Parts: sequence; C-alpha cells; structure tokens
Amino acid sequence: MTIAPEPTATELTEPVGESVDGAGKIEGRSLGRIAWGRLKRDRVALAGGAIVLLLILVAILAPVIVKYLGHPPNEPHHELVDDTRGTAIGKWGGISRDYLFGVEPQSGRDLFSRVVYGARVSLLIAFLATLLSMVIGTVMGVLAGYFGGWVDTLIARTMDVFLAFPLLLFAIAIVGVIPDQAFGLRGNALRMAILIFIIGFFSWPYIGRIIRGQTLSLREREFVESARSLGARAPYIMFRELLPNLVAPILVYTTLLIPTNILFEAALSYLGVGVIPPTASWGGMLADATQSSWYRVAPNFMVFPGLAIFVTVLAFNLFGDGLRDALDPKGR
Amino acid sequence: MRRRTAVPAVAVGVTLGMVLAACGGGSDEGGDNQSGKAEAKQNAAVGQIFKPSTKKGGTIRYANADDFDSVDPGDTYYGYAWDFARYYCRSLTMFDTKPGDEGNKIVPDLAESLGTPSDGGKTWTYKLRSGVKFEDGTPITSKDVKYAVERSLDKSVLKNGPTYFNDLLDLQGYPGAFKDPSPDKLGLKAIETPDDQTIVFHLKEAFGGFDYIAMLPATCPVPRDKDTGSKYKEHVVSSGPYMFDTYEAGKSFSLKRNPNWDPATDPHRAALPDRIEMQLHVNANDIDNRLMSGDLDVDVQSIGVQAATQAQILNDPNLAKNTDNPTLARTWFAAINPDVAPLDNIDCRKAVLYAADHDGYLRAFGGSVGGELPTSLLPPSIPGWQDIDLYNFKEHKTGDPEAAKQSLQACGQPNGFSTNLAYRSDRPTEKAAAEALQASLAKVGIKATLKGYPSGDYFALYAGKPSYAKSNNLGIMLHGWGADWPDGYGFLSQLVDSRTIRESGGNYNLTVKDPEIDKLLDEARTKTSIEAQQPFWAQIDKKVMEDATILPGVWAKVLLYRPTRLTNVYVNEGLGGYYDFVQLGVQE
Repeated sequence: MTIAPEPTATELTEPVGESVDGAGKIEGRSLGRIAWGRLKRDRVALAGGAIVLLLILVAILAPVIVKYLGHPPNEPHHELVDDTRGTAIGKWGGISRDYLFGVEPQSGRDLFSRVVYGARVSLLIAFLATLLSMVIGTVMGVLAGYFGGWVDTLIARTMDVFLAFPLLLFAIAIVGVIPDQAFGLRGNALRMAILIFIIGFFSWPYIGRIIRGQTLSLREREFVESARSLGARAPYIMFRELLPNLVAPILVYTTLLIPTNILFEAALSYLGVGVIPPTASWGGMLADATQSSWYRVAPNFMVFPGLAIFVTVLAFNLFGDGLRDALDPKGR
Repeated sequence: MRRRTAVPAVAVGVTLGMVLAACGGGSDEGGDNQSGKAEAKQNAAVGQIFKPSTKKGGTIRYANADDFDSVDPGDTYYGYAWDFARYYCRSLTMFDTKPGDEGNKIVPDLAESLGTPSDGGKTWTYKLRSGVKFEDGTPITSKDVKYAVERSLDKSVLKNGPTYFNDLLDLQGYPGAFKDPSPDKLGLKAIETPDDQTIVFHLKEAFGGFDYIAMLPATCPVPRDKDTGSKYKEHVVSSGPYMFDTYEAGKSFSLKRNPNWDPATDPHRAALPDRIEMQLHVNANDIDNRLMSGDLDVDVQSIGVQAATQAQILNDPNLAKNTDNPTLARTWFAAINPDVAPLDNIDCRKAVLYAADHDGYLRAFGGSVGGELPTSLLPPSIPGWQDIDLYNFKEHKTGDPEAAKQSLQACGQPNGFSTNLAYRSDRPTEKAAAEALQASLAKVGIKATLKGYPSGDYFALYAGKPSYAKSNNLGIMLHGWGADWPDGYGFLSQLVDSRTIRESGGNYNLTVKDPEIDKLLDEARTKTSIEAQQPFWAQIDKKVMEDATILPGVWAKVLLYRPTRLTNVYVNEGLGGYYDFVQLGVQE
C-alpha cells in the first residue's frame, strides 16, 4: 500500500519578508536564495537531486540511450536463451557488453533497455499523478483552511473518506472494468491515464491536510488581516496573499509524494493492473521475476528493476528531505 | 511391462532373477523386494512402473495450488479430480490401471463387464458386480447409479461437470433429480433399472463410444438419502477403497481406509497407503520446493513444475533423474475470432497463422520439455491423428513473414491491422506466449494489444462470452484444451462443435463455427465402433486448419517431479498424463 509522507506538525512557513535566522551578512536576500544556500551545503540532498535529474534525463532520452547501448525493449532474442531451461545461455544471466544487465529468461529481451524504458513509465505516471494531487490538494486545503466552518468540515470529512478508501482494491476493480476505449483514448494511453487519475485523485488529502493546517495558522497573521481590512476579497487573499507563503510546503510535500507514487505504480504493475505488457515497467518486471520464481535461477531479472525502484525512491526522498531542511531549518 | 530400467553395478554378470531373489531375503525395504533396486532416471515412470510395490501402509501427502472445483464426483471437470476421485468412487467403467498404452483401455469397474450395445448403439446395458458396498455397508444397487447420473444432469445445482449425459441421453425434458416430481426421484425414463444389478441407458442417437461416458465420475453411485445437493461434497459417501475422514472447505481434507471395500470386487486398485492427506491453496513454488525436499509426495494438479524450477531441475542431474516428462493429450493454442473485423476475412486469419513465431510460443511453455511444435489442433496421442501441416509450420519455425504479407495483401490490409489479444493474466506461461505472438505479428504490421483477464472468469465472462469478445475486439484469444479421454470425440466434441456455443458465455469453443465440421461430428458420433470413428477426427482437424480459426501453439508435455519416497509410480495415459493416484504407494 501507499505510505504517505508523514505530515509533520512542524510549521513550515515563514511569511515572505519576515526575518530568517542565519541570514548572513548581506541584507535583502530572498527566501529562495537563502534556501538554495542551505541546500548547497547539504551534500546528501544534492546527490539525491543529481540522481533525480539523471533519471529524468534517462527517461527523456531513453530511445537514444537504448539505440547506442541496448536493443529495442520488446524485441525477443531467443538465440540467447536456452530452449528448455529458459535461462540465458551466457554467464550471470547473459550480462555482456551488448546486454549490460543481461537478458530476460525465456524471451531473451534486453533487460537494460527494459529498465531504461521502465523509467519513462514510472516517472511519467508518478509526476503527473503527483501534479494532479498537488493541484487538488492545494485548492481544497486553502479553501478549507481559509473559510473554516462548514466548508472546512465538509472538506476535512471528505479527506477522511478518501484516506480511508481501500485504494488498491479500488484500482484493481476499476482497471478490470474499463472498456477497450474511453475518453478518446485506447490501449496503453487509456490505461496510463486511468492509473494517473486513480493515484492522483486519491492521494490529494495527504497534501490537502498539510495545506489546510498551514492556511489555518496563516490566515490569523497580520498581513492577511491588513489585506482584509483594505477590502481585499477572498480569492485575492487566498491566491495572492496565502499561496506564495504556501509554496515551500507544497514543494516539499510534492517532492516527497513522488516516490510514494512511484512505489504505488510499481505495486499496481506488480499486481497486473499497471501498464499493458509488453510495455516495460519496473513493477511489472518484478512481478514477472517473482511470480514464476525466475529470480531463483536468474537473479538479474529481479535485481535490476528492483535496484531501479530503490535508487529512484531513495533519491527523491533524500532530495525532498534536504529541500525541507533548506526551506525550514527550524523543522530539524 | 514391469521392466527394470537398470541393474546395479554389483549385479553385473548375475541374472536379474537371482538378484531379485537375493534381495527378497534380507531387504528391510518392505514388502516389495524390488523397490530398493530401482534406479531413478528421467521418464522411469513413463510406459513402465517405477519401483513396483505391493507394500501397504503409510501416509501419502498431496497438495493443490488451488482448490478442487468439487470433490463431488457428479460435479467436477478437472482431469486431476477425476483421477483422484478413483480413491473414493467407483464408476461403471474406468481406464485400466496399467502403464503405457494399456492405460488407454477401458475396463469395467463397478460394472462386471463393458457395456452391451443394442438397438444399433442407441441402448447400452451394464450389469453391476455383486458384493459392492458403500462405506456404511449398504449394498450398491443400479438405482444408486441411476440416481447419481440423474442428479448430475441438474447444472443449476452441480455446475462443474461435463454435459455428456445431458447431450446424449434421451431426456424427454427431464429436469434432473433435484426437481424430479416422482417420490423416489428416479423418474428419468432414459435410464432403466430392471433389477438391482442391471442398468440400461437409452440414447437419443446411436453413440459408439458410450463406454467412455460410463467412465465419467458422474456414474459413481450416490445413496439418495445421503445426498445434500451442492453440499454433498462435504461428505461424499465412498464406494472405493478410501472414505473421507476430515473435510475443511478450502483448506484441507483427508481420507482413511473404507472397511466396507472388498478388494475381491476390485481388481484394478492397489490402494497401498493407509491414509491420504490433501492440502489446498498451497503456493505453487512452495509445492515444488517441498516435493524436492521430500515434505510432499504429489502435486495433485500435475500441471508440471514452475518455469524456474524446470531450469533448476535441468541444471542438476540429481534432480532431473527424479522427473517424468509425459506427453499429454492437450494442445495450447490461439483462437482467431471470425466475428471481429478484419479477421472475418480468412486471408487475414491466415496472415496471423503465417506470421506467428511458433518457436517463441513453444519456448513460453518450456521449450521441448513443455511440448512440441504443433502443425494442427488435434494432439498426436489421439488415435486416428494424421500429420497435417497446411501452413508449413515445421519449415518456418519462427514464422513466415513473406507468406503473411501475401495473405495480408489478399485480404486487403497490406499494411497490417490492429486487434486485441486476450490471455489469462494469472498464467505466466500464457503471458509469455502472448508477448511472443505479439512481437512476431508486429513484424508484418499486425498490431495486437494484450488484454489480460483472470482465469477464473475467462470463459464465463470474457473470451468465452461471444458478445464480450466481439464488443471488446478480441481478435485473438489464447486457450488450451485437454482431451476428456484420449479419443477424438473426447477432445473435439466440446471444442469445435458450433452448436455448443451459448450467447450467455461459458463456452470452450471460442471461434470454430463451421456447419461442415458439425456435420462431420454428427457422422462420427453415429459410427458404432471407436475404430470406425477415427478417420473423422483427422478430417475435422484438417477442416479446422483450413478455416484458419485456430493457431496451434504447443502439443503439450509436462515435467513432473517424482519424489523418491513414492513407489508403484507410473503415468496413466488414459487419464491424460497424470500419475495413477490409486496405485501410488509410499516407503517410510
């Protein structure tokens, strides 16, 4: 199941313009510059960020990388696989200069290419789903926090319902009943759209709750009071006064939600309701490796996609933690 | 038949008989003086008995990766369940409990001899053996057999079994025993019981192979006063050598000896162990590991070890010698749907047949250990089979893109087309086959999108439901079919007869809709001898291939692990490649 980033009680926001400790000698530095200064000193977070960047590059450049270092991801290479055993003919699962991660049992597909292409699926779904939950979560959180009263009650209870929802079962059920084509999409595009919707639509309360809490405390601040006394209307206050001050928690929790969603996508693919085979995805590869226990005779089949998930999730988490520390040193 | 496979090194130069005699004296291996001398090697239990034994005692431990459809003999359609039912139920006839070709022979079981046809094969008469009893000591009469068949007719209560009796008997609208208005519930006129020993079946039309039908577990006698309908499976009343001891639904059950079974009335069952234990819902990989470590004796489903276990076994001669690799009367294939455009055009279907990578399909099922490359639908172990290779599969093992492109041209889709490919997503072998097929079709421009469905509802709701398959554009549907008995009728009748297709779903014939094939089946059915039927099977097979509605994938074999503790092991060919469960023994 999904593990949501832990909502911390720590207050993350420092209204723009207020004094920040450790600001140094130069006056008038923006919060962003100060945060960047802190982040630069956090080597672990920087390393995480670098890996994240690298992964994004790999996902975008997958066709180029595979062209020079691998083979088309869905192309079978039966000549590399033993007829009856199903395992690669070469040593170490067929790892060689041509096949950097070896080949898949039975079909002989290039594991390197499949892991590289798997990054596209994982990152695309995780990014778009997170974007969706960020937008919904922020809007709902600000509305609930700013208006309070029955609006708050309604939204807060809705969030409780969404958090209590058996998401995994729901996802399995909905993928089972979707028709061949819908919303002008078909095949894998439709499947990915639905995965993005399910993951994004059901994880917005994680961000929504935090934004609500922050808004609750911010709206009592003097700058909101003064805006209100000057006659500013609610939308102006919410999006011009409050939102800029919420950028830091939004950024941090979005970054921390991405790895959660990567894991969730992998879990869905593992359960057979992810992207449609033969499109490579990390979770799907893990499922293939474990379900007929290929990992016992071809460990590389499991190790490489597993490592890819591990490294990606770790990198995002390290970067997200570093970002939080940089934006809110008091939270440490 | 009980040929030894090897002589131990010390015995070289001594006659076989002397060795065996010598062993008999001091052997503490048990009642069977040969058991210790059998040398394990691959296929030692195919075509011959491995470690023959008559020693009784011990507990034999079975496991099932899933659950039985039912242990009620009137409500089961799994081959392994039919094999296992022989422990506790005696049908009128049975496959002989012998290795090799003799296992294909039908012999009388509860009946004293095979059926006597009259009225040109429309009436079949059986006489029961005397002295047969239920587990509580009540004598078994022909009325108990009649009642058992009558109850199996009601598919709304007992859903799982085959419909042969429904199809063949002259029912005259009889609704089955549970809705029978007559007080003794024996109102079916198509079965007569003139006395307690005699049972007479009246068929709609002549049928030469009725002795095979009398082999179905549905003819195992059921005492009417103990029948609880769909709950009868919780306590099946035994007529065989073992009776139910414990039964925990979905978890496990066990059998113990039936004191009222008289071996004198039963020449075909060895019944060696004292106790039989069955665990249900055991992880398939776990079953493999436990078989190899000796914690388990038989994988009851007998569908062979997992792909990775196969690799492990083949890499280790010490494991490989404990395996059997029998051929099954089973074909894995892809059904090509003529209801879906553009596959309604025969040339488009032929393009799929030409483009398919047959070698890739076979590899998905384990290469030459998992079967052989087929050239038609009917598996070669069916008597009457002929080598038909209309599309030169043997020559073009990885597909024939040139011929495929010509076919595409002929069907007016020179650049290929798009369709969907259905498979059972919980079966890794089918997924691998689907991917191999997809990759080869893509080479000629046929774009197949994979659609996985759960195997439990595959035939009821998805591929086997014509309206669903059509509206979801399922052009190609993976499928596998084993013979109900090793005979053309037992393989083809439920698979290629277009009249079996029901709009409501639950079909096993997915794509073969050819009136000529139906006619051939009818003609074959009326032939009164099995030999006279045989030429028809090859004819039907050829017609199916000409229609290009089926792409044969694999003529199946299976890799079974044979734990060293088992004795008296052999594969029964009649049952379709399973170990003959009732003959198995264990050595402590």
